[in-house]
Amino acid sequence: MQPSENKIHKVQTDNNTQKISQLNKFSRLKKSFYQALKNFGTAVPTILGVVLLTGLFNTFVSKEMISSVFQGNPISDTVIGSVVGSISAGNPITSYIIGGELLKDHVSLFAVTAFIVAWVTVGIVQLPAEAAFLGRRFAFLRNGISFVLSIFIAVAVVITLMVI
Amino acid sequence: MKKPEIEKSTNKKSRGIARFYFLGFMVLIYLILFSFNIKAAREALRASGVLLIKIIPVLAMVIVFMGILNFFLNPKTVSKHVGKESGLKGWLVAIFAGILSHGSIYFWYPLLKQLHGQGMRRGLVAAFLYNRAVKIPLLPVMVYYFGVKFTLVLLLYMILFSVFEGKIIDGVDFEKKK
Repeated sequence: MQPSENKIHKVQTDNNTQKISQLNKFSRLKKSFYQALKNFGTAVPTILGVVLLTGLFNTFVSKEMISSVFQGNPISDTVIGSVVGSISAGNPITSYIIGGELLKDHVSLFAVTAFIVAWVTVGIVQLPAEAAFLGRRFAFLRNGISFVLSIFIAVAVVITLMVI
Repeated sequence: MKKPEIEKSTNKKSRGIARFYFLGFMVLIYLILFSFNIKAAREALRASGVLLIKIIPVLAMVIVFMGILNFFLNPKTVSKHVGKESGLKGWLVAIFAGILSHGSIYFWYPLLKQLHGQGMRRGLVAAFLYNRAVKIPLLPVMVYYFGVKFTLVLLLYMILFSVFEGKIIDGVDFEKKK
């Protein structure tokens, strides 16, 4: 082979390699998106169910209803705060506003802290979606631990505030 | 031992049907509600519709992000930053990513599932989710209602307890019952 023919052959080979690599990339990209769509599709029914549940919650559970469950006992109110916070859903700002109102109504800071921590860390309404994506055992365990921790955090925060 | 193909496909089918149980249950509740209180049922359905419209763009973005993650990330990279050997770096990544993360939780569940599939530790998934509760843009509202001292102490404890929760979850053997 002449040197010039060699050069042409090398350029052609380089072009072919580039084309193959581009085709490979495109097919990998297609495969990646197909896989994503497939993975996501499996959770769509659960997400729709959670959306319907949230609609029910927002319609039937009012701020007044949440305030009315506290009894005035700091210990039981802390647990009630965690329970109510856990089953509530919505923007964290709502929990701050309700928490602020509860403090004005002389509900203890233990209960209010437990309520706002549980509101943002425990998601009973989103539990089916969390279980669908991350596994039932993980979702139940994580939410269970978060529920218990909301009580511990409430106690730790209030005691720390008393000390400092 | 390898599972027989028929058993595999039956399991797959039953899992596929199980996905619809919760949705079916919710539809049933709405049907019952419609027969008792049309006004409340309509109101709940309207609230659901508003939420769904809000999250549809988020869900579309999820698919795009998952596709991109699938394309660019490989288990080796994920393991390096948030895998079994990630150590302190892994915790810091999970904590800061959780604090800085925004948007609907429905955006994060599928992405976390994908990252876990590529090697992210469950404990770090839990720490990430816990730290999502720390919302920097909402801190002024919290300060307004509860004061600076309360806000700072609460945030500090939440970050500390997120690691505690993650450590507990890391200590659980999730494969045991399978």
